[in-house]
Amino acid sequence: MKDTLQNWLPRLVVAPTFLLVVLFVYGFILYTGYLSMTDSRMLPSYGFIGLENYTKLFNLRHWNIALVNLAIFGVLYIGICSALGLFLAILLDQKIRAEGFIRPIYLYPMALSFIVTGTAWKWFLDPGIGLEHTMHVWGWTSFQFNWIKDRDYAIYTVVMAAVWQSSGFVMAMFLAGLRGVDSDIIKAAQIDGASGVTIYRRIIIPLMRPVFLSAFVVLAHLAIKVYDLVIALTGGGPGQATELPATFMYSYTFARNQMGVGASSAIIMLVMVFSIVIPYVYSELRQGQSK
Amino acid sequence: MSHSENAAPSNKLVRALIYTVLIFFVIYYLLPLYVMLVNSVKTLEDIRTGNLMALPKLLTFQPWRDAWSNAQIGVEATGLKPYFANSLMIVVPAVALSTITGALNGYVLTKYRFPGADIVFGMLLLSCFIPFQIVLIPAARILGLIGWSGTIQGLILIHFVYGIGFSTLFFRNYYAAFPTELIRAAQIDGASFFQIFRRILLPSSGPIIVVTVIWQFTNQWNDFLFGASFSGYTSTPITVALNNLVNSSTGVKEYNVHFAGAVLAALPTLIVYIVSGRYFVRGLMAGAVKG
Amino acid sequence: MAFTTALKTTVSALALSAFATTAMAEDVEVLHWWTSGSEAEALGVLKDDLGSKGVGWNDMPVAGGSGVEAMTVLRARVVGGDAPTAAQMLGFDIKDWAESTGQLANLDAVAAEEGWDDVVPAPLQDFSKFDGHWIAAPVNVHSTNWVWINKKALDQAGGKVPESWDELVVVLDKMKENGITPIAHGGQPWQDGTVFEAVVLGMGTDFYNSAIIELDPEALGGPQMVEVFDRMSKLRSYVDDNFSGRDWNLASTMVINGDAGMQFMGDWAKGEFLKAEQVPGEDFVCARFPGTQGEVLFNSDQFVMFDQGDASDAQMLMASAVMDPKFQSAFNIVKGSVPARTDVSGDGFDACGQKGIGDFAEANEAGSLFGSLAHGHAQPTAIKNAFFDVITAQFNGDYDSQTAAEELVNAVEAAK
Repeated sequence: MKDTLQNWLPRLVVAPTFLLVVLFVYGFILYTGYLSMTDSRMLPSYGFIGLENYTKLFNLRHWNIALVNLAIFGVLYIGICSALGLFLAILLDQKIRAEGFIRPIYLYPMALSFIVTGTAWKWFLDPGIGLEHTMHVWGWTSFQFNWIKDRDYAIYTVVMAAVWQSSGFVMAMFLAGLRGVDSDIIKAAQIDGASGVTIYRRIIIPLMRPVFLSAFVVLAHLAIKVYDLVIALTGGGPGQATELPATFMYSYTFARNQMGVGASSAIIMLVMVFSIVIPYVYSELRQGQSK
Repeated sequence: MSHSENAAPSNKLVRALIYTVLIFFVIYYLLPLYVMLVNSVKTLEDIRTGNLMALPKLLTFQPWRDAWSNAQIGVEATGLKPYFANSLMIVVPAVALSTITGALNGYVLTKYRFPGADIVFGMLLLSCFIPFQIVLIPAARILGLIGWSGTIQGLILIHFVYGIGFSTLFFRNYYAAFPTELIRAAQIDGASFFQIFRRILLPSSGPIIVVTVIWQFTNQWNDFLFGASFSGYTSTPITVALNNLVNSSTGVKEYNVHFAGAVLAALPTLIVYIVSGRYFVRGLMAGAVKG
Repeated sequence: MAFTTALKTTVSALALSAFATTAMAEDVEVLHWWTSGSEAEALGVLKDDLGSKGVGWNDMPVAGGSGVEAMTVLRARVVGGDAPTAAQMLGFDIKDWAESTGQLANLDAVAAEEGWDDVVPAPLQDFSKFDGHWIAAPVNVHSTNWVWINKKALDQAGGKVPESWDELVVVLDKMKENGITPIAHGGQPWQDGTVFEAVVLGMGTDFYNSAIIELDPEALGGPQMVEVFDRMSKLRSYVDDNFSGRDWNLASTMVINGDAGMQFMGDWAKGEFLKAEQVPGEDFVCARFPGTQGEVLFNSDQFVMFDQGDASDAQMLMASAVMDPKFQSAFNIVKGSVPARTDVSGDGFDACGQKGIGDFAEANEAGSLFGSLAHGHAQPTAIKNAFFDVITAQFNGDYDSQTAAEELVNAVEAAK
């Protein structure tokens, strides 16, 4: 009798939280999936209209802008964060005396909310009061930096602020990875006469593969979810120049009373997230089994 | 930490270069914080006429006092103080709950593998990556059904549920490396499920607890979306109050008070990062990232 | 001695808390987005008034221009079955909420007792009533087709307030020559839309009616609309390059400081001028958008009550307090708008306020009073935003005028 209890206990321990997640995540996803095929406008309603919302969605110029922006933003954000994170981690791993001082400085932006980050950068990038103005006051009057007001460049300012926020965190992940590298491998390479650069290029960086993967997943899902930052930084403007799927989804669902279209955009976002994350989850599981 | 001693370049020039780059990035990461801090102790007149980077002509802490206890948030001039307390009352229990369940889940999922355990973990993990906007409407309905709309408990529940995924991921990866033989040995000695957890696993979980707590605390403290959607007049968290302060729809913008408020709202997470940043990297090394 | 004092304090604290609990039953929780100093102050008048009648005020502010965030919160609360007692709302939102929830409290009793039917103008009643029943108490009437001009800049540019499009262009050119930014504008969709609707109205009331109110595709895509977009491009050429995302009140500050010549903005802009201690007629001039004299585009903030059982006494009291002429006068003097009641005297209002009251009555008589598109009183939210999409894209140079007019027809059709 006691044995049966001990057998079932682990499952009983996991069950409540699992059921909560099933309801709050998967149940709600199904619900949203259903909403995306209804004529919901201001509040959920249940008139079934099939895939009409999806056709509407992909005919919207607004949505296409959001997708293109997401592609630009996602590639740059993930690319720059990973490269910068690795670069800084390698530099910090060179027995830097002030590491204990520098590392928290690189890491702290992750502690701030996107609302705060966005507001601070909005000020800093504003040509009227920020960097450009300051340079003018300091005498460099030909200095120009008005990307945040330029619809062709505004999306890059979102990248700048987002990279500022997350690159330190990626740095920390890589640093942790670097510190975990077995020193015997490196010693062996040095005995073979490999230079510092070669060791990094040939041995250490390839060993960072799992870190790249974790960083990629964390960054990719942040990129797709990024909402507060855009709202605080540009409000989606100038025009619709910095509109992203997350802002699109929010505005159609809650501000424009087109909940059906909003729900269908949410489902598309979800498909995008899952197509990135499911292979990762799968590989996590395989690794778990091999241990 | 010893592996890189030989990889460290001996050349003085290279080291100088490394330090220069590191210091450049210290400035890059600190600049927005500097802007916020320096402008939060200026008079409004000073901000309007001067420039963003300059030190205050007249040092004043009035904006901080205003933001904390006088600023107008809605009809009442309460400052951010009461909202700060609300946030604490929401975030502390939610972090504790999601950390404990994450630890238990990680324990079960690595040491008591039952049929379907992988699917359970996969589903928990996938839940980290959903865009939260899609759950707003159904979550509001559920909260309404159990009578927790607009309450502190309601927000605790929401944060708890959406925090389970990451906590479980962290603890599972950490415990996966923990020798299963120790557990089996303890079982043979007659230790129960919870005894093993308490006596064997928990004492060695320090680093991963730190990572989880930092991660959950930061995310939940900085949350805006749930706070804005599910709080009532007695449970409004600080991010929402800050938004009310900063984005007041009309009127004179008191930038100095806004910046003081932004720093105040970010203070708890900043302190957590600065104080425990060291453990954070160590914890990441120990499990969250598989190096 | 100290003990008795302590005892007394305890007893009175107990008495107070006992009082507080009885008062709780009568509390109102009010959702609104009036978070700025002057607005909150104006609302404070209402709060105090209710307090004196034993009705407590639980404040639920959700900041964000024109209440977008507030409506999201409201949605979550209503879906959760936890609606606030009262909520601030605009135009078509009221109709939408009434229609899709059926949860708005019926205020007929208090309306009949106080004779609201006689004092609230018909175009407003259209939004305050649903199915012939009063469901909302209007606080104010804003009007959006105003121009705010820096007096000194105007004097240097000839001194005459422009009354037609051509005169406007002349003044703007002069201002440009004089080295200031002619138009202070903030590049946010609703601000672009505010300018747009004034330009449309400038093409004639018939055109506004057919294009904006009736959504006639021929008007939306026709030559007159192309002309409207041409004018928008013309106006764009007078705006500085740093306009995108600028809050409207910062644009007002540009006019106040003389950095810019004029701003096209609703009457709430006046509050900014007054706060900077500017005097109407001396430091700044308020005029109707050229070509729209005697015509008014309006929007009105109203309070709706959510039905919690029957409309409670507190809700009735609150509705009655909102409609109190004294409150309407006090509130609107601070807010820059005009009372929603026609029987409130113009005493205490400044020159611009009195002109606003006069124009409103005149336009109401003449049938040239229309709901504002940009502020949710001409079309439901989905269509309003479809307009914004095209207007903003065109204003930022994504479309030429011809394409914009064609896109407008498509966008409106898709949002219907």
